Amino acid sequence: MLSKRIIACLDVRDGKLAKSVRFVDTRDIGDPVSRAREYYEDGLDELVFYDITASSSARNIMLDVVRQVAKQVYIPFSVGGGIRTVEDAGKLLWAGAEKVNVNSAAVQRPELIAECAHAIGTQNTVLSMDILKVETSRDFPSGYEVVIHGGRKPMGIDALAWALKGEELGAGELVVNSIDADGTREGYEINLTRMIAEAVSIPVIASGGAGRPEHLLEVLTEGKADAALIASMVHYGDYTVSGLKSWLHEHGVKVRLRY
Amino acid sequence: MPVIVDYAAGNVRSVQRACQRVGMEAEISASPEVVLAADKLIFPGVGSAESAVDTLKARGLDEAIVQYYASGKPLLGICIGLQIALEHTEEGNKTCLGIVEGACERFDFTDRSIKVPHIGWNEVTPERSHPMLADIRSGDEFYFVHSYFARPLHKEDVLGTTDYGDVTFCSIIGRDNLIATQFHPEKSGEPGLKLLAAFKCWNV
Repeated sequence: MLSKRIIACLDVRDGKLAKSVRFVDTRDIGDPVSRAREYYEDGLDELVFYDITASSSARNIMLDVVRQVAKQVYIPFSVGGGIRTVEDAGKLLWAGAEKVNVNSAAVQRPELIAECAHAIGTQNTVLSMDILKVETSRDFPSGYEVVIHGGRKPMGIDALAWALKGEELGAGELVVNSIDADGTREGYEINLTRMIAEAVSIPVIASGGAGRPEHLLEVLTEGKADAALIASMVHYGDYTVSGLKSWLHEHGVKVRLRY
Repeated sequence: MPVIVDYAAGNVRSVQRACQRVGMEAEISASPEVVLAADKLIFPGVGSAESAVDTLKARGLDEAIVQYYASGKPLLGICIGLQIALEHTEEGNKTCLGIVEGACERFDFTDRSIKVPHIGWNEVTPERSHPMLADIRSGDEFYFVHSYFARPLHKEDVLGTTDYGDVTFCSIIGRDNLIATQFHPEKSGEPGLKLLAAFKCWNV
């Protein structure tokens, strides 16, 4: 039986680890490579690096981080942030990433998803969606809107419609990131996650809001997510990956315990 | 020297790095001559079996791999490498290498909550003992990412199985000097590295 995955998200700026809180005010908390290895050794199932480097000239630093991680970590990892072309995606895969996460650029130019799926494979193309709760209306029947640029720019697109479109274009997985919940540590947006997970036939990774083990349990059961993204919970040492997985196992969630 | 077949299938370098980690220096090559001269051959792959078969044929690598297999030297197929070792795949309706009798078909669940692709960590149950699996414990999990699965015709070729949804599929093929895994040992943490280490030492 397939295990539920615990995925740690590492925000990287200028090659250094940062954790954003509501996407404002980031502060460095260390070296992404050593942190990745630490989590890997503690039984993490997968890693996501999100490159929040502002200037495009500094993007080669990220490729270097990817190369270093690939030498030390033998679990899948993906990279997101600033991927605009198939060439960007290809460079990251060649440097050692398993998958790429496309986000803002795909909202602005949806063909990017199909181009990536064709060039690097559906299963390596992850569509990451930043989503904000809005009033249900004719424009937003799901009650959720797609936003970009870290939540600052609403796009006038219904979140559920975008998820289905992403699947149709060839995304192999979806990251459903709630901007409302992100950084709050008060729990995932369960309704949003379940709504999308039930509508698509590809795996859904829940993101934003994890603060306690109960939140992971809730989103992996009630929220129907296939994987849960965590960040500050483990980055600040409040919880360990192995501790979280043991706890989930004790609460009836199938997770990978042997590593 | 161990050789990793390069046919633009993406993750050859991940495989090479994992091999390095277990002390096996492997050369990446797209040359049929180099493939035939290898003493160990790894045939990896991500992406689509359809384009993989086309690329192999265009480079003359299909025949080289079949000939290599016939020579009796150790051959490790990974993911797409397992799928196209069979005779046929439903993906793009392609004729494959035909080393192992059988075909690949797509996961097709009536229950839509069973996601396709099958992505993530899942258990492998060995069907019999094999030198390549000596260090693998029952319950060890490996990383999978695929939408198609193999149905070998002869059950003797099924070395390991995995459950997904209501399907029990062949996750390891073992036949003579061929071992092929549907999962990615290079992305499966310690159990995956153990499998690669076993390949390093495998004398058929």
